[in-house]
Amino acid sequence: MSNTPPLAARPAASLHRFANPGRFLRLSGRVLPWLSLGAVLVLGVGLPWALWFSPPDWQQGETVRILYIHVPMAWLAMGGYAGLAVASAMALVWRHPLADLAARELSPVGAAVTALCLATGSLWGKPMWGTWWVWDARLTSVLVLFFLWLGHAALVRAFDDPERGARMGAILALVGALNLPVVKFSVDWWNTLHQPASLTRVNAPALHVDILYPLLTCAVGFTLAFAALVLFRVRAAVMERRIRTLQMAAARRAETVAG
Amino acid sequence: MTAWTALLARELRLALRHPADSLAAVMFFVLVAALFPFGVGPEPQALARLAPGALLAAALLAALLPLDRLFGADAEDGTLDQLLLSGLGPSAVAAAKALAHWLTTGLPLMLATPIACAMLNLPTEAWGVAVLVLGLAAGFLSLLGTAGAALTLGARRGGVLLPLLVLPLAIPAVIFGAAGIEAAAAGLAARPYVLLLAALLAAALPLAPLAAGAALRGE
Repeated sequence: MSNTPPLAARPAASLHRFANPGRFLRLSGRVLPWLSLGAVLVLGVGLPWALWFSPPDWQQGETVRILYIHVPMAWLAMGGYAGLAVASAMALVWRHPLADLAARELSPVGAAVTALCLATGSLWGKPMWGTWWVWDARLTSVLVLFFLWLGHAALVRAFDDPERGARMGAILALVGALNLPVVKFSVDWWNTLHQPASLTRVNAPALHVDILYPLLTCAVGFTLAFAALVLFRVRAAVMERRIRTLQMAAARRAETVAG
Repeated sequence: MTAWTALLARELRLALRHPADSLAAVMFFVLVAALFPFGVGPEPQALARLAPGALLAAALLAALLPLDRLFGADAEDGTLDQLLLSGLGPSAVAAAKALAHWLTTGLPLMLATPIACAMLNLPTEAWGVAVLVLGLAAGFLSLLGTAGAALTLGARRGGVLLPLLVLPLAIPAVIFGAAGIEAAAAGLAARPYVLLLAALLAAALPLAPLAAGAALRGE
């Protein structure tokens, strides 16, 4: 087992190439315009397609259009939390500084997306189920997911020492990841009001292509927008940190000149 | 193991010297349970219908009370650093704290459960299950709460943050616990719900001290 340390160190080493904030800023600066442009273009096609040009559902009528927002938000809420858990694990295991920043900047966006998922679901539930809210397993577990996002966002920012906040947030994110399988499988474990997944049935998707294609376009567009937002926030955080360092240095210089 | 039992004995000795903390939690539990009759009205049927959920909510809130001092006092006077240097792993320290919290809060709550059951007009045949369920749920909360207390140690407004982190994760215990008491009150089998609650506790038993230990190591 004498050769394990270099083998184990290799993925970390390749990851740490991106830990350099300067390299991150250069790389993300090049990627970000394309990501934003992609989000605008795909959503520019997907949203009008979904909200105006796709046919109404034979059962749900026009309310089906709410789901073109609701479903991508639900996917992003869960996928984003999975991303948070991965970033937190990287931050804890390899002490990757950008993973800390990414986790910190991910949680407000994730909380917003989960709130939109809950709000659109509620708007859809009123005409379809006859109620704004039911204590169904899926709804409850997504509500818990929302609280986990908010708790993470609050905990990370609650410490005077940002590194300690990041570490505590990472542990909380990993504990909260236990909720993800509950969200995913709640519709299969408990047979309650929320319908089970329609898309992942491999041989016979339950959606007609008229609805499936605009939905997937919206999902891709919102995912691009989500990624662009998070990247913007991480870049802003790196620059903020830089400005603070420069200001501290300037203050120290002024002090030595005066002294 | 002897260091661990010594730590546990220390926690219990401290709790015995300040019995007011445990008593305050029990008083809080009984008072919250007493608020429900005023809110819902004194009709026995309405109260009995509400009792399972009210018992669990009151017990979990009461068990939260002493949590923000769980590590806080020890961190302030430096005891926590000594404990972490004592050779015990941080997870073992957290496990001892969690068990001590249950013994000084969960156990008194179990003893006070019959009083709250009587005030909420729960059918007598469900009292035994209620005591058992509240003990298990309080144990689950002790474990979650220890992790939460370790995470929020040294945070600004940590005392407010702690319930916000812990309560959403305690929802499963409320669901299964209340369902168990309800089943017992209706004369049905409470066993499946009690077993599910015990399974939650069993899952939290290794995981929560692990998370709390990781948080304490970052101290």
